[in-house]
Amino acid sequence: MTEELLRRSFEVRGQDFENAGETSAEVTAILKDLEIDPDIILRVGVVTFEAEMNVVMYAEKATVTFILADDEIAVEVIDQGPGIPNIELAMQPGYSTASDEMREMGFGYGLGLPNIKKNSDAFVLESQVGKGTKVYSSIRLDPHG
Amino acid sequence: MRLDAIRDVLQCEVLTGADLLGTDVDTAVASDAMSAVLAAPHPQALMITGLTNIHSVRTALIAYISAIVYVRGARPDEATIRLAREKKIALLATALGMFDCCGILHRHGIKGAT
Repeated sequence: MTEELLRRSFEVRGQDFENAGETSAEVTAILKDLEIDPDIILRVGVVTFEAEMNVVMYAEKATVTFILADDEIAVEVIDQGPGIPNIELAMQPGYSTASDEMREMGFGYGLGLPNIKKNSDAFVLESQVGKGTKVYSSIRLDPHG
Repeated sequence: MRLDAIRDVLQCEVLTGADLLGTDVDTAVASDAMSAVLAAPHPQALMITGLTNIHSVRTALIAYISAIVYVRGARPDEATIRLAREKKIALLATALGMFDCCGILHRHGIKGAT
Protein backbone atom coordinates (compact mmCIF):
# COMPACT_ATOMS: atom_id res chain seq x y z
CA MET A 1 0.00 0.00 0.00
CA THR A 2 1.26 3.48 -0.91
CA GLU A 3 2.57 5.53 1.99
CA GLU A 4 2.76 9.30 1.56
CA LEU A 5 6.10 10.72 2.74
CA LEU A 6 6.02 14.36 1.68
CA ARG A 7 3.47 16.77 0.24
CA ARG A 8 4.13 20.34 -0.90
CA SER A 9 1.82 22.79 -2.63
CA PHE A 10 2.80 25.79 -4.72
CA GLU A 11 0.74 28.65 -6.15
CA VAL A 12 1.45 29.51 -9.79
CA ARG A 13 0.05 32.70 -11.34
CA GLY A 14 -1.06 33.11 -14.93
CA GLN A 15 1.07 35.42 -17.12
CA ASP A 16 3.86 35.38 -14.55
CA PHE A 17 6.56 34.54 -17.09
CA GLU A 18 9.28 35.99 -14.92
CA ASN A 19 8.87 33.42 -12.14
CA ALA A 20 7.69 30.56 -14.35
CA GLY A 21 9.83 27.51 -13.76
CA GLU A 22 10.56 28.23 -10.10
CA THR A 23 8.13 25.60 -8.83
CA SER A 24 9.72 22.88 -10.94
CA ALA A 25 13.19 24.07 -9.88
CA GLU A 26 12.13 23.78 -6.25
CA VAL A 27 10.59 20.33 -6.74
CA THR A 28 13.68 18.98 -8.49
CA ALA A 29 15.92 20.50 -5.78
CA ILE A 30 13.93 18.60 -3.13
CA LEU A 31 14.34 15.36 -5.10
CA LYS A 32 18.08 15.95 -5.58
CA ASP A 33 18.48 16.48 -1.82
CA LEU A 34 16.70 13.17 -1.26
CA GLU A 35 19.09 11.52 -3.76
CA ILE A 36 16.28 10.23 -5.95
CA ASP A 37 17.38 8.54 -9.21
CA PRO A 38 18.35 11.30 -11.72
CA ASP A 39 16.20 9.67 -14.45
CA ILE A 40 13.16 10.00 -12.18
CA ILE A 41 14.07 13.61 -11.31
CA LEU A 42 14.34 14.40 -15.02
CA ARG A 43 10.85 13.00 -15.67
CA VAL A 44 9.29 14.79 -12.68
CA GLY A 45 11.07 17.97 -13.74
CA VAL A 46 9.73 17.83 -17.30
CA VAL A 47 6.18 17.10 -16.07
CA THR A 48 6.22 19.93 -13.51
CA PHE A 49 7.90 22.46 -15.79
CA GLU A 50 5.56 21.84 -18.71
CA ALA A 51 2.49 21.91 -16.46
CA GLU A 52 3.72 25.12 -14.85
CA MET A 53 4.28 26.77 -18.23
CA ASN A 54 0.77 25.77 -19.32
CA VAL A 55 -0.64 27.53 -16.24
CA VAL A 56 1.44 30.65 -16.89
CA MET A 57 0.40 30.74 -20.54
CA TYR A 58 -3.28 29.89 -20.33
CA ALA A 59 -4.74 29.95 -16.81
CA GLU A 60 -5.46 32.63 -14.21
CA LYS A 61 -3.80 30.70 -11.42
CA ALA A 62 -3.21 27.18 -10.19
CA THR A 63 -2.16 25.07 -7.28
CA VAL A 64 0.63 22.64 -8.06
CA THR A 65 0.84 19.81 -5.54
CA PHE A 66 3.81 17.52 -5.38
CA ILE A 67 3.40 14.26 -3.46
CA LEU A 68 6.26 11.92 -2.70
CA ALA A 69 5.20 8.45 -1.66
CA ASP A 70 7.28 5.38 -0.95
CA ASP A 71 6.59 3.92 -4.40
CA GLU A 72 5.78 6.92 -6.62
CA ILE A 73 5.90 10.66 -7.15
CA ALA A 74 2.70 12.45 -8.15
CA VAL A 75 2.23 15.95 -9.51
CA GLU A 76 -1.27 17.41 -9.51
CA VAL A 77 -2.06 20.75 -11.10
CA ILE A 78 -5.51 22.27 -10.61
CA ASP A 79 -6.03 25.55 -12.40
CA GLN A 80 -8.70 28.19 -12.70
CA GLY A 81 -8.81 29.12 -16.33
CA PRO A 82 -10.57 28.81 -19.66
CA GLY A 83 -10.43 25.00 -19.75
CA ILE A 84 -9.73 22.88 -22.82
CA PRO A 85 -12.65 22.48 -25.26
CA ASN A 86 -11.16 19.49 -27.11
CA ILE A 87 -8.76 17.36 -25.06
CA GLU A 88 -8.06 14.93 -27.91
CA LEU A 89 -6.89 17.81 -30.08
CA ALA A 90 -4.88 19.37 -27.24
CA MET A 91 -3.01 16.08 -26.82
CA GLN A 92 -1.90 16.01 -30.46
CA PRO A 93 1.80 16.92 -30.75
CA GLY A 94 2.11 20.25 -32.55
CA TYR A 95 -1.42 21.45 -31.84
CA SER A 96 -1.37 24.77 -30.00
CA THR A 97 -3.49 27.84 -29.40
CA ALA A 98 -0.49 29.84 -28.17
CA SER A 99 0.10 33.42 -29.21
CA ASP A 100 3.24 34.67 -30.97
CA GLU A 101 4.25 36.28 -27.69
CA MET A 102 4.16 32.89 -25.93
CA ARG A 103 6.28 31.35 -28.69
CA GLU A 104 8.79 34.14 -28.32
CA MET A 105 9.14 32.98 -24.71
CA GLY A 106 10.12 29.54 -26.06
CA PHE A 107 6.84 27.77 -25.35
CA GLY A 108 3.49 27.11 -27.01
CA TYR A 109 4.66 24.72 -29.74
CA GLY A 110 2.10 22.04 -28.91
CA LEU A 111 4.51 19.73 -27.13
CA GLY A 112 3.75 20.43 -23.48
CA LEU A 113 0.90 18.01 -22.81
CA PRO A 114 2.46 15.22 -24.94
CA ASN A 115 5.71 15.69 -22.99
CA ILE A 116 3.81 15.39 -19.69
CA LYS A 117 2.06 12.23 -20.84
CA LYS A 118 5.27 10.69 -22.22
CA ASN A 119 7.02 11.10 -18.88
CA SER A 120 4.13 9.80 -16.76
CA ASP A 121 3.34 6.24 -15.74
CA ALA A 122 -0.21 7.39 -15.05
CA PHE A 123 -1.71 10.52 -16.59
CA VAL A 124 -5.16 12.06 -16.22
CA LEU A 125 -6.35 15.26 -17.87
CA GLU A 126 -9.77 16.64 -17.00
CA SER A 127 -11.13 19.98 -18.07
CA GLN A 128 -14.28 22.03 -17.88
CA VAL A 129 -14.63 24.91 -20.30
CA GLY A 130 -14.92 28.20 -18.42
CA LYS A 131 -13.80 26.67 -15.14
CA GLY A 132 -10.40 25.08 -15.38
CA THR A 133 -8.19 22.09 -15.97
CA LYS A 134 -6.77 19.37 -13.77
CA VAL A 135 -3.63 17.49 -14.72
CA TYR A 136 -2.53 14.47 -12.70
CA SER A 137 0.73 12.69 -13.38
CA SER A 138 2.43 9.97 -11.42
CA ILE A 139 5.82 8.39 -11.89
CA ARG A 140 6.79 5.12 -10.25
CA LEU A 141 9.98 5.18 -8.24
CA ASP A 142 10.85 1.65 -9.20
CA PRO A 143 10.28 1.42 -12.97
CA HIS A 144 10.33 -2.38 -12.76
CA GLY A 145 8.04 -2.55 -9.76
CA MET B 1 34.18 16.81 -27.86
CA ARG B 2 35.17 19.21 -25.11
CA LEU B 3 33.36 22.50 -24.65
CA ASP B 4 36.57 24.44 -25.25
CA ALA B 5 36.89 22.75 -28.66
CA ILE B 6 33.23 23.61 -29.38
CA ARG B 7 33.97 27.22 -28.39
CA ASP B 8 36.81 27.26 -30.94
CA VAL B 9 35.02 25.67 -33.91
CA LEU B 10 31.91 27.83 -33.44
CA GLN B 11 33.98 30.97 -32.73
CA CYS B 12 32.13 31.54 -29.47
CA GLU B 13 32.46 34.10 -26.77
CA VAL B 14 32.19 32.51 -23.31
CA LEU B 15 29.55 34.39 -21.29
CA THR B 16 29.94 32.26 -18.17
CA GLY B 17 31.40 28.90 -17.20
CA ALA B 18 35.01 29.31 -18.34
CA ASP B 19 35.88 26.78 -15.62
CA LEU B 20 33.48 24.23 -17.14
CA LEU B 21 35.03 24.10 -20.61
CA GLY B 22 36.76 20.78 -19.92
CA THR B 23 33.33 19.07 -19.95
CA ASP B 24 32.89 16.45 -22.67
CA VAL B 25 29.79 16.63 -24.86
CA ASP B 26 28.72 14.00 -27.37
CA THR B 27 25.08 14.99 -28.00
CA ALA B 28 23.28 18.21 -28.86
CA VAL B 29 19.74 19.47 -29.28
CA ALA B 30 18.94 22.56 -31.35
CA SER B 31 15.68 24.48 -31.07
CA ASP B 32 14.08 27.74 -30.05
CA ALA B 33 11.19 25.69 -28.62
CA MET B 34 12.01 24.66 -25.08
CA SER B 35 9.47 21.81 -25.15
CA ALA B 36 11.43 20.33 -28.05
CA VAL B 37 14.51 20.32 -25.82
CA LEU B 38 12.49 18.68 -23.04
CA ALA B 39 11.07 16.12 -25.47
CA ALA B 40 14.52 14.62 -26.11
CA PRO B 41 16.54 15.16 -22.94
CA HIS B 42 20.02 13.72 -22.87
CA PRO B 43 22.17 14.23 -19.78
CA GLN B 44 25.16 16.51 -20.39
CA ALA B 45 23.91 17.46 -23.86
CA LEU B 46 24.61 20.81 -25.47
CA MET B 47 21.66 23.09 -26.26
CA ILE B 48 21.86 25.28 -29.36
CA THR B 49 19.22 28.00 -29.40
CA GLY B 50 18.31 31.53 -30.38
CA LEU B 51 16.09 31.87 -27.30
CA THR B 52 17.93 34.09 -24.85
CA ASN B 53 15.45 34.57 -22.00
CA ILE B 54 15.79 32.97 -18.57
CA HIS B 55 13.72 29.97 -19.65
CA SER B 56 16.64 28.75 -21.75
CA VAL B 57 18.63 28.25 -18.54
CA ARG B 58 15.63 26.95 -16.56
CA THR B 59 15.01 24.39 -19.31
CA ALA B 60 18.69 23.45 -19.31
CA LEU B 61 18.49 22.85 -15.57
CA ILE B 62 15.48 20.56 -15.86
CA ALA B 63 17.01 18.64 -18.79
CA TYR B 64 20.55 18.30 -17.29
CA ILE B 65 22.00 20.32 -20.17
CA SER B 66 25.67 21.13 -19.57
CA ALA B 67 26.02 24.15 -21.84
CA ILE B 68 24.06 26.47 -24.10
CA VAL B 69 25.27 28.02 -27.35
CA TYR B 70 23.26 31.11 -28.30
CA VAL B 71 23.23 31.60 -32.08
CA ARG B 72 22.85 34.51 -34.53
CA GLY B 73 24.64 36.93 -32.22
CA ALA B 74 21.85 36.71 -29.63
CA ARG B 75 22.83 37.32 -26.03
CA PRO B 76 20.99 36.66 -22.77
CA ASP B 77 20.49 39.33 -20.14
CA GLU B 78 22.43 39.60 -16.87
CA ALA B 79 19.82 37.72 -14.79
CA THR B 80 20.00 34.76 -17.16
CA ILE B 81 23.80 34.72 -17.07
CA ARG B 82 23.71 34.97 -13.26
CA LEU B 83 21.37 31.97 -12.95
CA ALA B 84 23.60 29.92 -15.28
CA ARG B 85 26.69 30.86 -13.27
CA GLU B 86 24.96 29.86 -10.03
CA LYS B 87 23.79 26.53 -11.48
CA LYS B 88 27.08 25.77 -13.27
CA ILE B 89 25.80 25.80 -16.83
CA ALA B 90 28.25 27.16 -19.39
CA LEU B 91 26.88 29.86 -21.73
CA LEU B 92 28.50 30.56 -25.09
CA ALA B 93 27.48 32.98 -27.83
CA THR B 94 28.28 32.84 -31.53
CA ALA B 95 27.48 35.01 -34.53
CA LEU B 96 26.86 31.83 -36.57
CA GLY B 97 23.31 30.68 -37.36
CA MET B 98 21.72 27.54 -35.97
CA PHE B 99 22.08 25.55 -39.22
CA ASP B 100 25.79 26.28 -39.49
CA CYS B 101 26.38 25.44 -35.82
CA CYS B 102 24.61 22.10 -36.22
CA GLY B 103 26.49 21.30 -39.42
CA ILE B 104 29.89 22.09 -37.95
CA LEU B 105 29.24 20.10 -34.75
CA HIS B 106 27.82 17.15 -36.67
CA ARG B 107 30.97 17.07 -38.80
CA HIS B 108 32.94 16.88 -35.56
CA GLY B 109 31.00 13.82 -34.44
CA ILE B 110 28.32 15.37 -32.21
CA LYS B 111 25.05 13.41 -32.42
CA GLY B 112 21.53 14.72 -32.21
CA ALA B 113 19.46 13.96 -29.10
CA THR B 114 16.53 11.70 -29.97
